[in-house]
Amino acid sequence: MLQLKCPWCGPRDETEYHYGGQAHVPYPEDPSALTDQEWAQYLFFRDNPKGPFAERWSHTIGCRRWFNVIRDTRTYEVLAVYTATDPRPDVASGGQA
Amino acid sequence: MADLTLLRRSPLETPFVSMAGLRVDPDSDGARSIEGVLGAALPRQCGVVTRNGAHSVLWLGPDEWLFVSEAETRSLVADLRAATVDAHAAVVDLSANRAVFELAGVNARKVLEKGCPVDLHPRVLADDTAVSTTLARVPVLLWKVDETLFRILPRSSFAPYVESWLRDAMEEFAPWDQSGS
Ligand SMILES: [Zn+2]
Repeated sequence: MLQLKCPWCGPRDETEYHYGGQAHVPYPEDPSALTDQEWAQYLFFRDNPKGPFAERWSHTIGCRRWFNVIRDTRTYEVLAVYTATDPRPDVASGGQA
Repeated sequence: MADLTLLRRSPLETPFVSMAGLRVDPDSDGARSIEGVLGAALPRQCGVVTRNGAHSVLWLGPDEWLFVSEAETRSLVADLRAATVDAHAAVVDLSANRAVFELAGVNARKVLEKGCPVDLHPRVLADDTAVSTTLARVPVLLWKVDETLFRILPRSSFAPYVESWLRDAMEEFAPWDQSGS
């Protein structure tokens, strides 16, 4: 069981959260100017790194806030938790390369 | 006149508790107006419960609270609405949205630990703390009054399920009463 530290509520089990996919995917400035391929890229394509990955989580059972987590996809180690208005922290990989 | 307590779904349930949802920016004039009407501060931290007599205010989120009272609060809720009419705030009467169960006794924590992911040990969960979490996989607001008294507030539609789960979880601690009454 993954345990995440909600920025407002503290450590809670994964079952209290809802996963929201990759973080820092900005909505296009002018969607109607995009080609179909660019729009599809925005809608459907996400990174799938082996290592640190910034992703969104919502504390749906608790305070219902969205926040960001950097998690190492190899080890499930949580490297950083930060709010949606914070800049992405510069974290090195927590595990072995 | 019929005995209104017959409407209680369970002897475990505390009937007719008034509740109101409060949403406002805690750093705004609206928040200060609400606090003036309540006579209690809006808690600024997860778990904190503030009080004024029969009224309690429970933290739900950084801009969301649940007002709970065992007093008649119709005029108070109207006052809260009037005080926030010009503010970016929401005051919604949520009475009957949640059921209120009270679980009392020296084994109360042991019963809840069977189905709650939050650490209920007193070194983590202090007296008079309320947290949104799950019990038996359904969302509840769990309010620890003290080690021997917990209030459990599920949505009303989950109340019969939570009650039967609690009865089952309590059974081993009450071997002298198997009647289910
Ligand atoms: Zn939270």
